[in-house]
Amino acid sequence: MYQYNDFDAAFVRERVSQFRGQVERRIDGSLTEDEFKPLRLMNGLYLQLHAYMLRVAVPYGTLNSRQMRQLAMIADKWDKGYGHFTTRQNIQYNWPKLNDVPDILDALADVEMHAIQTSGNTIRNVTADHFAGAAADEIADPRPYAELLRQWSSDHPEFQFLPRKFKIAVTGSANDRAVIAAHDIGLQIVARDGAIGFRVLVGGGLGRTPMIGKVIRDFLPVDDLLPYCEAIVSVWNLLGRRDNKYKARIKITVHEHGIDVVRDMVEDRFAAIRPQFGGVDQNYLAEIQAAFAPPAFQTASTDGYEAARLANPAFRSWTDTNLTAHKADGYAIVSVSTKKHGATPGDASSDQMLILADLAETYGHDALRISHEQNVILPHVHKADLPAVYAALRAADLATANIGLASDIIACPGMDYCALATARSIPVAQQIANRFDALKLEHDVGPLKIKISGCINACGHHHVGHIGILGLDRAGVENYQITLGGDGTATAAIGERAGPGFSADEIVPAVERLVLGYMKLRDNDEETFLQAYRRLGMEPFKAILYPDKEARKDAA
Amino acid sequence: MAKSFTPKVVTANALLEGDAVWLTENDQWTRDIREAELMTDEAHAELRLLEANARHAEVAGAYLADAKETPDGPAATHFREAFRTRGPSNYFHGKQTEL
Repeated sequence: MYQYNDFDAAFVRERVSQFRGQVERRIDGSLTEDEFKPLRLMNGLYLQLHAYMLRVAVPYGTLNSRQMRQLAMIADKWDKGYGHFTTRQNIQYNWPKLNDVPDILDALADVEMHAIQTSGNTIRNVTADHFAGAAADEIADPRPYAELLRQWSSDHPEFQFLPRKFKIAVTGSANDRAVIAAHDIGLQIVARDGAIGFRVLVGGGLGRTPMIGKVIRDFLPVDDLLPYCEAIVSVWNLLGRRDNKYKARIKITVHEHGIDVVRDMVEDRFAAIRPQFGGVDQNYLAEIQAAFAPPAFQTASTDGYEAARLANPAFRSWTDTNLTAHKADGYAIVSVSTKKHGATPGDASSDQMLILADLAETYGHDALRISHEQNVILPHVHKADLPAVYAALRAADLATANIGLASDIIACPGMDYCALATARSIPVAQQIANRFDALKLEHDVGPLKIKISGCINACGHHHVGHIGILGLDRAGVENYQITLGGDGTATAAIGERAGPGFSADEIVPAVERLVLGYMKLRDNDEETFLQAYRRLGMEPFKAILYPDKEARKDAA
Repeated sequence: MAKSFTPKVVTANALLEGDAVWLTENDQWTRDIREAELMTDEAHAELRLLEANARHAEVAGAYLADAKETPDGPAATHFREAFRTRGPSNYFHGKQTEL
């Protein structure tokens, strides 16, 4: 993975030292909260309902064991012994004290991490496919490009006061695992005539006005990546609306002006600035790519693995759901579920982090990933080692065999923590997972993405859930709206609202009704929820969700 | 007709911990809403908020929140404010550990 050079290390230390001074001045009263707020947000520090929250960037979701151990140490020393992995592949600490934050940032700098640009109207942490560098279906590893973009966007002087935040995601495969269509810029690595380049999407986003990104360039050569992205951001920086924060994101700019107008402006700007990129960026890219060279994969017999599968049904079930095809012979990608039934999606205790670090170091070429679905990935595990990895995960409550199933729910922190939330998300996720566990049905139900947001800002990606749940405040009571048919993959779609919302007591039975109803509607056991929805449309699902209304219709 | 004024408390987050606090009648910050000053007069509430905001080295983000009188003292009326008096629902963390 990429290692900080002297410049990176000095830059991050300098920022910590500046923030230390700012915190001191806030505490002694020299700075008011209004003065301090933009400074703390530049360093990822939020003030939430019960405490501060520190959002730490995990660049493109990639960690090594040393970093994971440091995240565990921070959780133990300065927080309540756990961390929360987010839908942008970051980690959040929910209980830091203001006067401890500079020390936390120094501890992060010790392992080449920081919290810079994890908040504010800047270019945020660049995300990528969590199977990068490992997936069998990958054209190229997206992380070197994500790292190049990170270096370009970090403290970029032109882009520190953008109209609003700006998010970039990169995928290296046609199977989009980075939700690129829901990002301000989505990049998909494609091959054309033997050369690698990018299909570039712009203007995607979720939030209160969800939009699927539009193609601005079918094929962008690799050496045009930075000038082209700079052209996009700079056109939006001028054109984007600053009069209304709800209309400031580039998705609205693209929607209001049209993709053709935006494309023409971007191409003009690109032509103007392209000559300024004299190739230094490509020299850096070559260095970065060397840092992401694949590990030395081993060859070993997989006989023991096959025997363990036959002997242990629980292990077999876990391998059926939690493994993904690896590009190297004999290897597998392991998705470690943080979603044990009833647990908080995305949370890992410090003990669990330490076990994951040990497993990565012992069996996983020292590699770990955080997925936008809030799970932890061991991207390179030889199948011969899977029985040992499974046993260790099981002992740490991390062996739940539910990846991609009903209980593998994305949930934002919601009103249990977040100051912006309008309702809670976590208890709804916990109850749905517990219910499906009790029904012992989720393996029969098959692939199902349930995603829950506790407000319209959609951090829980509910718009792209097969079943999306949006928590709202309706006249002082928590109320949950259901959307159906959303999709965050290469066939991206925004879910449609099914109808009136449900109370906190009604939402879990409503989801259960929906899933049981789908099992009756599906053509065969292979037809997924999303496929059935696409075949049948909203009406039969609406009838399942609102049976009383249907009964009234029949009586009339 | 102007909307009638509903009783309020001044609340904020403590500067160092970020924990929810409420302003008492004798100008202290309490971590227990039941000890807060419940204000039924709008002009007085606005004045108390100004005073609270001036104490920026102690708290952050002071605002007026709806509350009601109970035999034990003021209590939150909206679920968001009620959560602030307890802590999160997924772990036994925050204020609920001290109640």
